[in-house]
Amino acid sequence: MIEVKDLQKSFGDAHILKGITTTFDKGKTNLIIGQSGSGKTVFLKCLLGLFNYEDGSISYDGQIFSNLTEDEKRNMRAKIGMVFQGSALFDSMTIAENVMFPLQMFTKQSKSEMEDRVDFVLKRVNLDDAHKKMPSQASGGMQKRVAIARAIVNKPRYLFCDEPNSGLDPKTSIVIDNLIKEITEEYQITTVINSHDMNSVMEIGEKIVFLKDGLKAWEGSKETIFRTDNKVVTNFVYSSNLFKKVRKMYLEENS
Amino acid sequence: MLNFFYFSTSNLDMTYLHNIGAYFLMIVEMFRKPTKWAVMKQLILKDIDDLIIGSLGIVAFIAFFVGGVVTIQTALNIDNPLIPKSLVGFATRQSIILEFAPTFISIIMAGKVGSFITSSIGTMRVTEQIDALEVMGINSLNYLVFPKFISLMLYPFLISIAMFLGILGGMAACVFGGFSSLEDYITGVQMDFIPFHITYAFIKTFVFAFLLATIPSFHGYYMKGGALEVGKASTTSFVWTSVAIILLNYLLTQMLLS
Repeated sequence: MIEVKDLQKSFGDAHILKGITTTFDKGKTNLIIGQSGSGKTVFLKCLLGLFNYEDGSISYDGQIFSNLTEDEKRNMRAKIGMVFQGSALFDSMTIAENVMFPLQMFTKQSKSEMEDRVDFVLKRVNLDDAHKKMPSQASGGMQKRVAIARAIVNKPRYLFCDEPNSGLDPKTSIVIDNLIKEITEEYQITTVINSHDMNSVMEIGEKIVFLKDGLKAWEGSKETIFRTDNKVVTNFVYSSNLFKKVRKMYLEENS
Repeated sequence: MLNFFYFSTSNLDMTYLHNIGAYFLMIVEMFRKPTKWAVMKQLILKDIDDLIIGSLGIVAFIAFFVGGVVTIQTALNIDNPLIPKSLVGFATRQSIILEFAPTFISIIMAGKVGSFITSSIGTMRVTEQIDALEVMGINSLNYLVFPKFISLMLYPFLISIAMFLGILGGMAACVFGGFSSLEDYITGVQMDFIPFHITYAFIKTFVFAFLLATIPSFHGYYMKGGALEVGKASTTSFVWTSVAIILLNYLLTQMLLS
């Protein structure tokens, strides 16, 4: 579990995060949603330790990140898997080498053990025969699946995804969403997804944190988001006619 | 208006000071938290291939022909019959060993190798590959810059080849151009040889290798923006690497030879 208390972050005079307090549960897909400029990416980068913050605390299973020594932080980061918006695959390496990279860096496994593990995770993300391809030869959906495989290869305790569906067609988006959800349940990891894809919210949002102007404006789940009267949330989530109809149907069916 | 100008200049100075400070901090950081040797070894071998072996062709080509041009220019400017023909070989050797090979080739390498380093690291920054390394707990400066620094410690090997081919090119131009005989040229090349000049040239080469590895890496690593900024960073890195090479060339020559 990840606990965030009164997190504050500024860039010069711009106060981006104004005191966010929330928790992200183990074994669940936790979503951070909000409009562009609401502070989602900054929040995620603070969670990852890529940005230092001025005030507040972030603890991973009780360990406050900012209190750790450099070595402890390094060990903690080895337990984190991250799927970047643009996949961030190393373009000088093949897909198999990309996935093997965390194992080479952080484990003392033999080459055959590493290859077995890479085969296993690539099979898990349905990329059985892509080992020797370069990232540039893979489609956007394949690149995202490779990024997921690289993120989970070293059995992380925390998985972060920054807009994993951006640039993907709706069908591939659902595949990626389901894959993340299955992996989260299978390995019992704490998954935090930064998204503004409403399909993901409805499909896999077991816990949803809604940010607005650097503050937590609402917190709930895919079930409670249908029933909320919070105007800030409904104006954002049900801005399209499609989702307005989906909500109406849901409320009629469950009234 | 005066106040505005004052503050602009002051901010500009602060930017330069900030960048110089950041550059030295980068160098310190580059040696911290070393990457696993098994991985680092592969990175060093790859960078030797990219930066040293990949530059052999262009360095050999330029050295051979510029050596020839230096010889022709020298020969054409010696029209006094009292000056021995062997002076052509002597002047070519001195020009190539003291300045052309270490300095002129380094400026060319600032364009070739420097822009390669800046654009490759800059692209990794733009595509979040550096963030991916940091999230994994890897010291990205050690992972990216240190292998380039080690690879460029083989740069004197490239300069030795440039020296040899420059003198060889001069010999070809001299003999086939009919400016002097082969014997005169070889006599000139061997005339009044001071071994310290080789030491001086290689001291310069090591310093320039350090600049070639670190200044382009700095510009790539700390760049912000997208593809257009990668191009701008490559140009800026070439300019600053050249400026640093020229300034240090002056300082080292003053310190070591005067």
